[in-house]
Amino acid sequence: MSITVFFVAIISSMLINNVILMRFLGVCPFLGVSKKTESAVGMSVAVMFVMVIASIVTYLLYYYVLEPNGITYISTIAFILVIASLVQLVEMFIKKVSKKLYKSLGIYLPLITTNCAILGVAETNIASNYATDYGVLQGLFVASTAAFGTALGFGLIIFAFSSIRERLDGANVPEAWKGVPISLVIAGIMALAFLGLGGIV
Amino acid sequence: MAKKKEMSRLANLTKGFFKENPIFVFLLGMCPALAVTSTMETGLGMGVLVILVLTMSNTVISLIKDLIPAQIKIPAFIVIIATFVTIIEMLTQAFAPALYEALGIFLPLIVVNCLILGRAEAFASKNGPLNSAIDGIGMGLGFTMALMLIGFTREVLATGAVGYGVYLPLGIEGSFINIDSYILAMDVFIGPAGGFIVIGLWLAVFQAFSNRNKRIKADTRKRWIEEKKREAAERKRQKAMKEAGETS
Repeated sequence: MSITVFFVAIISSMLINNVILMRFLGVCPFLGVSKKTESAVGMSVAVMFVMVIASIVTYLLYYYVLEPNGITYISTIAFILVIASLVQLVEMFIKKVSKKLYKSLGIYLPLITTNCAILGVAETNIASNYATDYGVLQGLFVASTAAFGTALGFGLIIFAFSSIRERLDGANVPEAWKGVPISLVIAGIMALAFLGLGGIV
Repeated sequence: MAKKKEMSRLANLTKGFFKENPIFVFLLGMCPALAVTSTMETGLGMGVLVILVLTMSNTVISLIKDLIPAQIKIPAFIVIIATFVTIIEMLTQAFAPALYEALGIFLPLIVVNCLILGRAEAFASKNGPLNSAIDGIGMGLGFTMALMLIGFTREVLATGAVGYGVYLPLGIEGSFINIDSYILAMDVFIGPAGGFIVIGLWLAVFQAFSNRNKRIKADTRKRWIEEKKREAAERKRQKAMKEAGETS
């Protein structure tokens, strides 16, 4: 396994299969917290944190607990439980370690439980068969790299979008298109632009 | 279940259709609304599954709401929802494998559909089981209608035809509409960009309607106030005239 694998994993999960624009995961926070650049950055940092940890934990859980015992059919329940408790843990940990970080990330953490991007990445990691391609342990590295790339892609889009939206506040938009409708059309145009990145890898 | 009920139950059922439509008004459950609506039929399939999960989870949550401590409310709700989603997922795999393939990852992701947890939190944890079940059916129907509307628009724009019987085991196959003109077909609408744009379009339509209603309401109110003012002025004038007549 060479370094190219990781490079490809990051590029493809960040740009080509962008989590928001191409896979439609995490659209709720995308529309919810993208009104201001500050909150967009806070949300994407919190998502990155939870996404990487959650994908490592769910991956290990799947291959070391669920699969040997033949109970892979409860993976959805197990994953969502792990993610919910993980979010709680991370929240407590950040609160203990850094009051300042907690103040800036705290309000976004409870929202992450219902962010479909987290569960989506956990399920995609299993569905992409990294374990059969690279072996269970090396697959873990690829899976966590892909999760990191996905979180980067999420952050990139949500940051760019919040900047556009801040500009849009001053624009003269027709009454009916104000707010979310025009934002969705802009997201559509961004998705068109991202289609062009399809040939990179 | 809900047919023979009085007005409040009926209102409870129908509020999700337009007034509190989950997608067009509350923007809940946007991820499936974008992802599974490339054809109308997948939208319908997703909607039916959401109705089933939402009704069952609402009922069960409202039955056991008093047993759950407030601190672990959200995790408990999520586990209940995840259980039903797993059941539905297995049933779909067994009875509608084409739909299972088409929905892909979005089938397990019904668990984190904000609509379901939102209804559990906002309605089922405060109301009785029957009302919660009705709320689940109504909201699910509203969600389904929204998905079908979006799916219909996208499929017509992208292919010029709307087919059925491909993903759902309906027993019949065919097409509702077949324009049969590939000049009009725009491939972009079946892709991700089309999803965003079509939803934006429909949201704008809904917003235009609600703006118009608001304007009409404001106008009627203004007219009513002016009427009252004019009446008061009239009364005052008559009174003054009367007094003037009495003194002279």
